[in-house]
Amino acid sequence: MEPMRGANLLIESLKREGVEYIFGLNGGAAMPIFDALYDAPDIKLIPMRHEQGAAHAADGYARATGVVGVVLATSGPGATNLVTGIATAFMDSIPMVAITGQVFTHLMGNDAFQECDIIGVTRPICKHSFLIKTSDEVADIVAEAFHIASTGRPGPVVVDFAKDAQISESIFRFPESVNIRGYKPSVDGHPRQIAKAVELIHNAKRPIIYAGGGVVLSEAAKELREFAIKTGIPITVTLMGLGAFPETHPLSMEMPGMHGSCCANYAFTDSDLIVAVGARFDDRVTGELKKFAPKANKVHIDIDPSCIGKNVAIDVPIVGDAKRVLAKMNELVHHVDIEPWRRQTDEWKEKYPFEYHQRGDKIMPQYVIQQIYEIYPDAVIVGDVGQHQMWAAQYFKFTQSRQWLNSGGLGTMGFSLPAAIGAQLGCPDKTIVNINGDGSYIMTIQELVPAVTLKLPLKIFIINNMYLGMVRQWQELFHQKRYSAVDYHDNPDFALLAQAFGATGLRVERIEDVRPALEKAKHINEGPVVIDFIVDEDENVFPMVPAGAGLGDVIRGLA
Amino acid sequence: MLEDRHIFSVLVENRFGVLARIAGLFSGRGYNIDSLNVAETDHPEISHMTIVTHGDAQIIEQIYKHLNKLIDVIKVTDLTTENHVERELVLIKMNASPNRRGEILQIVEIFRARTVDVSPATLTIEITGDEGKLKAVIDMLRPYGIQELVRTGKIAIMRGAAK
Repeated sequence: MEPMRGANLLIESLKREGVEYIFGLNGGAAMPIFDALYDAPDIKLIPMRHEQGAAHAADGYARATGVVGVVLATSGPGATNLVTGIATAFMDSIPMVAITGQVFTHLMGNDAFQECDIIGVTRPICKHSFLIKTSDEVADIVAEAFHIASTGRPGPVVVDFAKDAQISESIFRFPESVNIRGYKPSVDGHPRQIAKAVELIHNAKRPIIYAGGGVVLSEAAKELREFAIKTGIPITVTLMGLGAFPETHPLSMEMPGMHGSCCANYAFTDSDLIVAVGARFDDRVTGELKKFAPKANKVHIDIDPSCIGKNVAIDVPIVGDAKRVLAKMNELVHHVDIEPWRRQTDEWKEKYPFEYHQRGDKIMPQYVIQQIYEIYPDAVIVGDVGQHQMWAAQYFKFTQSRQWLNSGGLGTMGFSLPAAIGAQLGCPDKTIVNINGDGSYIMTIQELVPAVTLKLPLKIFIINNMYLGMVRQWQELFHQKRYSAVDYHDNPDFALLAQAFGATGLRVERIEDVRPALEKAKHINEGPVVIDFIVDEDENVFPMVPAGAGLGDVIRGLA
Repeated sequence: MLEDRHIFSVLVENRFGVLARIAGLFSGRGYNIDSLNVAETDHPEISHMTIVTHGDAQIIEQIYKHLNKLIDVIKVTDLTTENHVERELVLIKMNASPNRRGEILQIVEIFRARTVDVSPATLTIEITGDEGKLKAVIDMLRPYGIQELVRTGKIAIMRGAAK
């Protein structure tokens, strides 16, 4: 075989990894890579408009498909623009490989033009990172990067690629397998621990299942469903796991936590056993730790040992892959007799559903979400961050794994539009609905350009309350209504702006127009459609567990 | 909660950036490193680190788990829970005018330390030992006037046959 340039070795290696799309932006220190991509029709290059958007698009692709997303940027500012996207993927354990160009090795450390120590910058926000200094290393590093990104607890891996290594030549030899002696994730739970957990389950009187994003990541929705149904234990699924268990099922207590259902939060507080699967006892779920589930034994199944016992003391830790551990447990468990407890959770569920009050003739944001659910029940929903995200989580009833994509951990506003682009490319046959906020939409609005260019039939629905609504809500409740830096009435007309981008843009200001507009959007498939729903500005998200309160002290709503 | 000192013995890949990853693990979580020693093992591609740190049981468990989580970390042992030998080397430069030199040298002898450098006004002493011995010798020498003191940080090894 003829020697080839490092940049071409990279492309050949990416082909071996089965890479279908690269999201990226060109620039000086990455030019040889983009040049090599010019001759690689198997890999489709998606030119985004900002590196942050490219990172979120790769992330959205990975969330929608489970396949490693790939983003490519140049050195310096290109690389630093990826930082938010990498941190977003890291917090939610999304498999991603971020490739950055780097200046020539002899210039590194010299404050060269567009130089930045991106390995140093990203060290705390990625699973691992590599610097390619010679073309000889390219294939091995790419193989290791993909292996690390996609196995164990997945996460983003940064590959920084010096320009001289991109240009110098080596023979292509792709490793047949990857063996990293310091990296051997345990996937099978310990049988003795599993037996202990099963015993606790069989003896529990008030057990609940608490499942999170790990179930989605390990494709364990089927096993989770079997586990819940076989044991008959009621289940709450976190923001990151929504859809992993159908919210339409009688056992579902819906989402827990700060803006979760009263049923789930009361159940945590009264339970005598919590079986946590791929969830990490996040502060937004537990509320005040001292008051969290005081009577419960805790079983925690997680692939990352450092997640177990981090926030909450665990009685039975099980380190392993959710799918494998649940499959094993399903062989051992039987139905548990918890009739009085089931009556109690059903009562809470019936008594305290998610609810809101219509205010005058305003469009209530929750109403819009309910209509989206009725018209697009099977769509993949890509949510952003803020009030609309919570309303979407509450009022859309998710039934499938990977049906809900959002930045849960880092809470990155601006995530959703570029992520929707990645999701649509990864799932061309699915309807992708982007539920966005007026504040988050404008943070990455430039990514409407590639959506239009690629003729992606995205449904972009803006829940526009002319405020940074979640912050405004906190100011109303905890800062004496001092509305500092949250008023967004000066935003442009998003419908007109969409048209300027070449998309379809609609503005909806009356209740009776909500459904017809959503129906209309269903039939616009030659490109993205943006609907700007002008909703009630004053609506807040309830229920709410205020900071410092226990889950049992949830505020159900304001009178 | 009770804070304990722990000695972690860590085998790592001998690559650039590994030390930064380990340091970042501590600094990013607000944990403290009391001492850190790094050097190659007899396999040039593997380095050994001895990290002395302190914290309550929960923090120590997190440190152990996060060290293990690093891709470049091959093996982590909490030596505190094992039967082990620990040593540290200290170099001490003393103020030593000719009339005090004799007394200092006596202390050096008693503790089986060594004199490694001498000048008209100073005496440099090398001493190896565990924490208790080093503290004792430094306490004895202090009244004579310590000009400068450097220590390697602890290194430690498990006793007996490898498990």
